[in-house]
Amino acid sequence: MTTTRREFLGECLGLAAGAFAVAGLPHAVFAAAPGNRRFVVVLLRGAMDGLAAVPPVGDPHYAEKRGAIALPAAACIALDSHFALNPGLKVLEPYYRRGELLLVPASGNGYRTRSHFDGQDLMECGLAAKTRETDGWLNRALALIQQQGASRSYDKRLGLAVGGAVPLLLRGAVPVASWEPAGFKAADPDFVAALGPLYAHDPLFGPALQLGLKTQNFSDTVLGDTAPKGPGGFGPKAFAPLAAAAGKLLAAEDGPRIAALEMLGWDTHVNQGTENGRLYENFSGLADGFDALAQSLGAAWRNTVVIATTEFGRTVAVNGTNGTDHGTATVMFVIGGAVKGGRLYGDWPGLAKLQDDRDLRVAVDSRSVAKGILRDHLGIDAASLGAKVFPDAAGLKPAEGLLRA
Amino acid sequence: MVAAALTNALVATTRFGYAPRPGELASVARDPRGWVLRQLDAPPAPLDPALPNSAAMVAELLQLRQDRKNQAADALKAANQRRRAVYLAETAVRTNAAVNGAAPLLERLTRFWSNHFTVSCIRPEITGFAGAFEREAIRPHVTGRFVDLLLAAERHPAMLFYLDQVLSIGPDSRVGQRQHKGLNENLAREMMELHTLGVDGGYTQDDVEALARILTGWSIARLRAPNAGTFRFYPQLHEPGSQTLLGKTYPESGYDQGELALRDLAAHPATATHIATQLARHFIADNPPKDAVQRIARVFRDTGGDLKRVTQAVVHEDAAWQPFAKVRTPDELLIAASRITGFTPPPPFLVQTLHILDQQPFFAPSPAGWPDDAGDWVGPESVLHRADCCQSFAARLPDPPDPVALADAVFGETLPDDTAQAIRRAASRREGLALLLASPEFQRR
Repeated sequence: MTTTRREFLGECLGLAAGAFAVAGLPHAVFAAAPGNRRFVVVLLRGAMDGLAAVPPVGDPHYAEKRGAIALPAAACIALDSHFALNPGLKVLEPYYRRGELLLVPASGNGYRTRSHFDGQDLMECGLAAKTRETDGWLNRALALIQQQGASRSYDKRLGLAVGGAVPLLLRGAVPVASWEPAGFKAADPDFVAALGPLYAHDPLFGPALQLGLKTQNFSDTVLGDTAPKGPGGFGPKAFAPLAAAAGKLLAAEDGPRIAALEMLGWDTHVNQGTENGRLYENFSGLADGFDALAQSLGAAWRNTVVIATTEFGRTVAVNGTNGTDHGTATVMFVIGGAVKGGRLYGDWPGLAKLQDDRDLRVAVDSRSVAKGILRDHLGIDAASLGAKVFPDAAGLKPAEGLLRA
Repeated sequence: MVAAALTNALVATTRFGYAPRPGELASVARDPRGWVLRQLDAPPAPLDPALPNSAAMVAELLQLRQDRKNQAADALKAANQRRRAVYLAETAVRTNAAVNGAAPLLERLTRFWSNHFTVSCIRPEITGFAGAFEREAIRPHVTGRFVDLLLAAERHPAMLFYLDQVLSIGPDSRVGQRQHKGLNENLAREMMELHTLGVDGGYTQDDVEALARILTGWSIARLRAPNAGTFRFYPQLHEPGSQTLLGKTYPESGYDQGELALRDLAAHPATATHIATQLARHFIADNPPKDAVQRIARVFRDTGGDLKRVTQAVVHEDAAWQPFAKVRTPDELLIAASRITGFTPPPPFLVQTLHILDQQPFFAPSPAGWPDDAGDWVGPESVLHRADCCQSFAARLPDPPDPVALADAVFGETLPDDTAQAIRRAASRREGLALLLASPEFQRR
């Protein structure tokens, strides 16, 4: 039903049907970068549940502390005796087996207060506290790449953004242009679900929304319940087409070399599901996106590093609505042909002792991973990384050995 | 801040304006009513002087029609592109005036009267001068006399084209006798039904035909005539003789016969009631209290249709100060979102979004204009489109502000807890802003 409405709009406006396929949630931003190497950052907004992405099924406290939403080991893809992959990520299994996927099971930054807005700002500006969140760490890295490249004829052509706006991550002194697919964006199910309770008691908007959702194949109970009722034809499925488009642009001989993409919908307070359900769908959409990126990059995948990161993790224990609340440490994905993967990276803090008695503790600072990649993949020296890119974490050592020699 | 003062400031800025800019609520709260009333004496908004006037655009249209047979496809295409460019420029200018202007009440009045005297680009020939119609015929008169507004609107080329007046020929006029052509009553009917008396204003089909005969000759100066593309009375098209309209006889007097008829229509008591009802529906509620309508109508009659005094009367109605009584139309929603965020999307986005939301600028579906009733704007389909629009707007903000702080700046303590909480709990800045824009409170004014 949704598609019909969108297609109808498309026809009205003379838009290509494909314009709607990539609309919905994410944004991708491109910028110039060195040589043949590609670097992509995927921002997972809403706080992804790392304990669902890479469940520590071998941790003696996992099943007991997670409760109803603990994933049974048999439903997952075993990575080793301790960790498994969420079945929604099964498309990534061959990448792991080939050694192109590295997982950081307990990553985080210096941020501990669990606000989405602040957490995302800090994830993107790369600072420890909100002081001057006007430019992003990736833009500061770009500035260094371009300075270094002045004598090596680096391309100063502007980047390209797919989506509505340039995320803070890539905002700053180096100009980054943006492009977006034509057409009206579809509100995603999370957003509509969040509107439900606000409209529920409104005599005008409540019934209108209820009826509107019904005709859109959503359950008509959404208004009384914040749970989204499965995919509505957009949402997580919109990520793969965007990633494919990004890959094509990055693969082009004269195309950009650095990109940022976004995927929303990770704030799973309610009914997040286990081996199926909402989070499973999100993981499938994310995995399909990585796969689409790899496919469309073609030969360039060999020289590519992708990281996917989120503002913070979620509580270890299930909450009262079969979801999880804002937490601390979570999983970071590092994937690409240039990655030395097929393994987990960093210590496992375990679930015996928790941060504030509720969250997984941070073992690896995500900025050290970013530093390692910026140094080894994009050739930015460690001193500049400390002084310019992550000035609040100058003493933080770049992660070693993330990439193939 | 005293709760009542804050509520009044909210109404002042949303009902009579479009939305408070961050920080504006507190200053307006010192004297909400005065803030509204003072705008009635504000200087007119400075508009881009580069916009072409209607005479130039109409002359282009006439030239194009005259040359049509010899016209190369390229020239037609170029003319279409120019019309489209002018249309977008006009849209940008009026949006900018509403978003950034110092007197939002005047902008609201301009849109109200522009909608009252609808001309729509559903008739593509007027695309190039629908915006000029608003600037030339509506804007200068929104705080003037209704009769001057009426005459300016009905004599404007956009109206004469849109309601087919240029095709109407007196059957017994010189041209009518020669060409065996006749009346087109479109303008005459809408003038009484929509612009003046109202559908229950007591006129009959005979009155419609009489007014149509009276108006024959009202047309547009041809290409070789002086002032080509402007209003011109052509006696050779005018139906000779006296006419009886609403029981009154109008002797033959050429152009003056029409102007006298319009002056009487403007002064008719039914017109006062019709206009008062529409103003009350716009500024008070979808179903405004009858006594309020009567008081406003009385001021209209007593002042000879002085629109400044009439608007003051609306502002002085206590019923106009109930918060959240009206639903924002899509156009109002986008203007309000732009005002509070300081970001105005580019005209193509505005036009496309408003097209989807059924309120594309200068494209009203009929001469009745857009409805001013919540039920016409919020339904099962449109509620989702509106949500899409809010999310889409939030996604485009180049530098999204903190939604919690913005909600506070826009609503202060008038924001209900559940909305405030939903915004606080949003999963991202943009989602929080989208929720703010889509909230039942921001959807209303």
